[in-house]
Amino acid sequence: MSITILYTIITLSAIGATAAIILYFVAQKFKVYEDPRIDDVEGALPGANCGGCGFAGCRAFAEACVKENNLDDLFCPVGGNDCMTDVAGILGLEAVKKDPRVAVVRCNGTCEHRPKTNRFDGASTCAIASSVYSGETGCQYGCHGYGDCVSACDFDAIHMNPETGLPEVVDEKCVACGACVDACPKDLIELRKKFPKGRKIYVSCRNKDKGGVARKACKVACIGCGKCEKECKFDAITIANNLAFIDSDKCKLCRKCVSVCPTHAIIEVNFPPRKIKEIPKKETVEN
Amino acid sequence: MSNLLTVSPSPHVHTDDSARKIMYKVVLALVPAMAWSVFVFGIDALRVTLIAVAACMAFEYLIQRYILKTESTFTDGSAILTGILLAFNVPSSLPWWIILIGALVAIGIGKLSFGGLGNNIFNPALVGRVFMLISFPVQMTVWPTNTQSGIDAVTSATPLAVIKESLKNGKPISEIMPELPTGMDMLLGNIGGSLGEASAILLILGGLYMLLRKVITWHTPVSVLGSMVIFSGILWLINSEGFANPVFHLLTGGAMLGAIYMATDMVTSPMTGKGQIIFGAGIGVITISIRTWGAYPEGISFAILLMNAFVPLINTYVKPKRFGGQK
Amino acid sequence: MLKTFKLGGVHPPENKISANAAIRQLDIPKTVFIPISQHIGAPSVPVVKKGDTVKAGQLIAQSGGFVSANIHSSVSGKVKKVDTIPDSSGYPKMGVVIDVEGNEWEEAIDRSGTLVKEYSFTSEEIVGKILENGIVGLGGATFPTHVKIVPPKGMKAEMLLINGVECEPYLTSDHRVMLEKPDEIIVGTRLLMKAMKVDKAYIGIESNKPDAIKLLKEKVQGYKEIVIVPLKVKYPQGGEKQLIKAVTGKEVPSGGLPIAVGAVVSNVGTAFAVYEAVQKNKPLFERVVTVTGKGVKTPSNFMVRLGTPVSELVEAAGSLPETTGKVISGGPMMGKAIASMDVPVTKGTSGILLMESAESKREKTLPCIRCGRCVSACPMGLEPYLLQTTAEKQMWEETEKNNVMDCIECGSCSYTCPSSRPLLDYIRYGKSSVGQIIRSRKK
Repeated sequence: MSITILYTIITLSAIGATAAIILYFVAQKFKVYEDPRIDDVEGALPGANCGGCGFAGCRAFAEACVKENNLDDLFCPVGGNDCMTDVAGILGLEAVKKDPRVAVVRCNGTCEHRPKTNRFDGASTCAIASSVYSGETGCQYGCHGYGDCVSACDFDAIHMNPETGLPEVVDEKCVACGACVDACPKDLIELRKKFPKGRKIYVSCRNKDKGGVARKACKVACIGCGKCEKECKFDAITIANNLAFIDSDKCKLCRKCVSVCPTHAIIEVNFPPRKIKEIPKKETVEN
Repeated sequence: MSNLLTVSPSPHVHTDDSARKIMYKVVLALVPAMAWSVFVFGIDALRVTLIAVAACMAFEYLIQRYILKTESTFTDGSAILTGILLAFNVPSSLPWWIILIGALVAIGIGKLSFGGLGNNIFNPALVGRVFMLISFPVQMTVWPTNTQSGIDAVTSATPLAVIKESLKNGKPISEIMPELPTGMDMLLGNIGGSLGEASAILLILGGLYMLLRKVITWHTPVSVLGSMVIFSGILWLINSEGFANPVFHLLTGGAMLGAIYMATDMVTSPMTGKGQIIFGAGIGVITISIRTWGAYPEGISFAILLMNAFVPLINTYVKPKRFGGQK
Repeated sequence: MLKTFKLGGVHPPENKISANAAIRQLDIPKTVFIPISQHIGAPSVPVVKKGDTVKAGQLIAQSGGFVSANIHSSVSGKVKKVDTIPDSSGYPKMGVVIDVEGNEWEEAIDRSGTLVKEYSFTSEEIVGKILENGIVGLGGATFPTHVKIVPPKGMKAEMLLINGVECEPYLTSDHRVMLEKPDEIIVGTRLLMKAMKVDKAYIGIESNKPDAIKLLKEKVQGYKEIVIVPLKVKYPQGGEKQLIKAVTGKEVPSGGLPIAVGAVVSNVGTAFAVYEAVQKNKPLFERVVTVTGKGVKTPSNFMVRLGTPVSELVEAAGSLPETTGKVISGGPMMGKAIASMDVPVTKGTSGILLMESAESKREKTLPCIRCGRCVSACPMGLEPYLLQTTAEKQMWEETEKNNVMDCIECGSCSYTCPSSRPLLDYIRYGKSSVGQIIRSRKK
């Protein structure tokens, strides 16, 4: 009996030893030198692997950071400025400060505002629907509402609102990685500067049709009338192709444009109620 | 216009066949053999079938409703089919509680744990059957014989078990054969065994019906039975006293049931005809190997399960013939 | 044994309910909208402007590139505007809107119905006339004919295949053209042969049109170089590659054009249009359109001026049934569902199919039961179930490796799926995504 055990131990040890020797030489032969700083940088990153930086994952981003001589074009939107300062510290480089951003869905074509003109009955993804035709409503620029952005989000930060049929961003969770921006075939989602208290003012429309056509398709469409552009004192608003755009980097949240918009296409979020003299009632998107 | 027009990508028409219809066609194909099993084994056969079907449907409903919390699909026909096939694979004397355990394993582990219909790797009925066979070997291998032939419900061994036992004891085939039912008896179903093993001819008839209604293609059954004949034929030609003849292999045990109904299960068989032939050939060879050299007298269940595991591999490497040749 | 292609294929109910309705001339509408992109390739360039008076057959948009086609006015009248209106996909497309006044044709056009059999044109002259008169493939793909019949350098055409298969259920426009214009088709075929410099032509017709087979067989007597080939009824036999396989037994290699096996395929309607263009100087500005469907009062085949809104056709066939659930431009297998009845008839419109709301709804999608029917139905030998999954998961490399680009989008897989899975929806998505990747790689 004891002999059997002995043989077993000897055989197994011999196999183990041989394997160890082979592995040692193999490891020597195929050794790849890696900059140890890559691991350090990777450690400083959030590890979400979302691809928001434009690289395949955090590892690839870390490699790029180590390889480059400056961090001008490299930014991790998830970690933000703090994270980039850490990375810069490790590499002895200068980090670029960027304003934190948040995703905003630029369509307010709820079922009520934008009547349906037909019914889609294909595979329910936005990508397929928009490859087939313009959409279920008269507005060819508006949201399909099949939630490609929702499935693209790794952070559970965007959800469909079943009542409006539109996606809504949860600001606290959004890291501005841009996955939803790429997923939206209608190009409706924009990364905008994050203001304190979650405040934002934006044109919730992407309709480039002429005023009449746009209005017919959707009650809250931007008709490109240009009133907001005139009203804005900070040159933050531009009109192109019958569509207004508010540059969030220039916007000072004065709310003047909101009051002049005849179709309520400009939306203000998380502001205190206005003082008496404001008459037009706003649709406020609850977050 | 009052109602909105529908827009969808082409095609705009659809065949009137559906997964549910396919399931019920298979059930229909099994009805004659089921009726025969009741005729041969008496009311017990009906009891086993009903318990198995009810249990499979109930477990599917309960698990989906209370554990997985998904939409219940217990009426889509697949649970009924699993129940019938499970019953076909057990002796009519099996106690009800073993059937329940078998059904639970078949549905719970064999099917739903993989994600439900379409995602299971192994044939659920066979998973249940093999589980029962290994856990309750005694109850699973007590075979009531034909109640019509006079000796009422006396247990006896299946022809395969007899041949295996006798060969082990050194008897040559020529001496064993007279003790066994004739080929005609086996074809018509005058032998002991599991419910569905009784009548080869009715199983073949059901198979032809399925072939005609395009539920199955010829590839799998022909390949399974063909490879069984070829492999056992080679052995038999080498030593006709040491190995049973191919006809005997074809007509006994679960060969027909396995080849026509179990191996052809769409979910667990390859997609292409070529793949199905490879799959079937594997089943045939493994079955004969187990029957000849293995511990169990019958091996088609194991053979099918083993080959089920190869299906993803076969699907990856056996591609259909591409139009215009390979790139 | 009738000839057919080998791999895959399905047999949907034929429903050729308009087969006995003779072609009727549809009244000219009040206004036509003629898109400037009615063909595969570059859009044409408008050469008229607001306020211009035009005659039927007058050039209104010039071919905009090598693969492009001229577009002619289908009516006489005044150009109202050159602007965008939504097309069948709902997206706005550029086009010419013309208010109809009278019915004046260009003088060069021979409006008489007499058959002109004789010709003395050279190949180049024929190609020139085809180019000038804006002939494109009328089977649905609308590939400019003048490009198709001139093989690229290094390739040589050996035979012409005339496609009279019409494998799409419901549609009968090609069938009617064959029955009513057989002589013209034969002349058109001979013209195309002359243009291509080939001495062999086959006309493939499915056996569900025995009258057309019989008639054309009679008419080709005396022309040994043209052979009528009856084919077994199977969808998608009208696909170029499938037709070539069925008639000649040759397989167009993966990713290749029919010319790779020396064949050029043209529709019977195209052959007729070629006859009219060459022998009668008539540009392509009208075509035969089937208006059909189970709820339609009088399923018909109309000769329609291009640019006529779909609603006019439907009205002429006995108004839009209340129960209509879906309007399809083309056949039920490959046609496009349209969201608006204002969409105009274009060169590629072979039929308007009105589907009852009950039959137009898709069944609920169930899990794949891996039955492999899509695999055995695929005429290109692909694995639709696999392509669907890889496309859904956006695994583009896998999708490409499994030959998604070979898909001809015939819809046999979706048709045959017992679980009603939207296979082709995803495969098409995969195909366009992979196509983009391939194009970007070439750059």
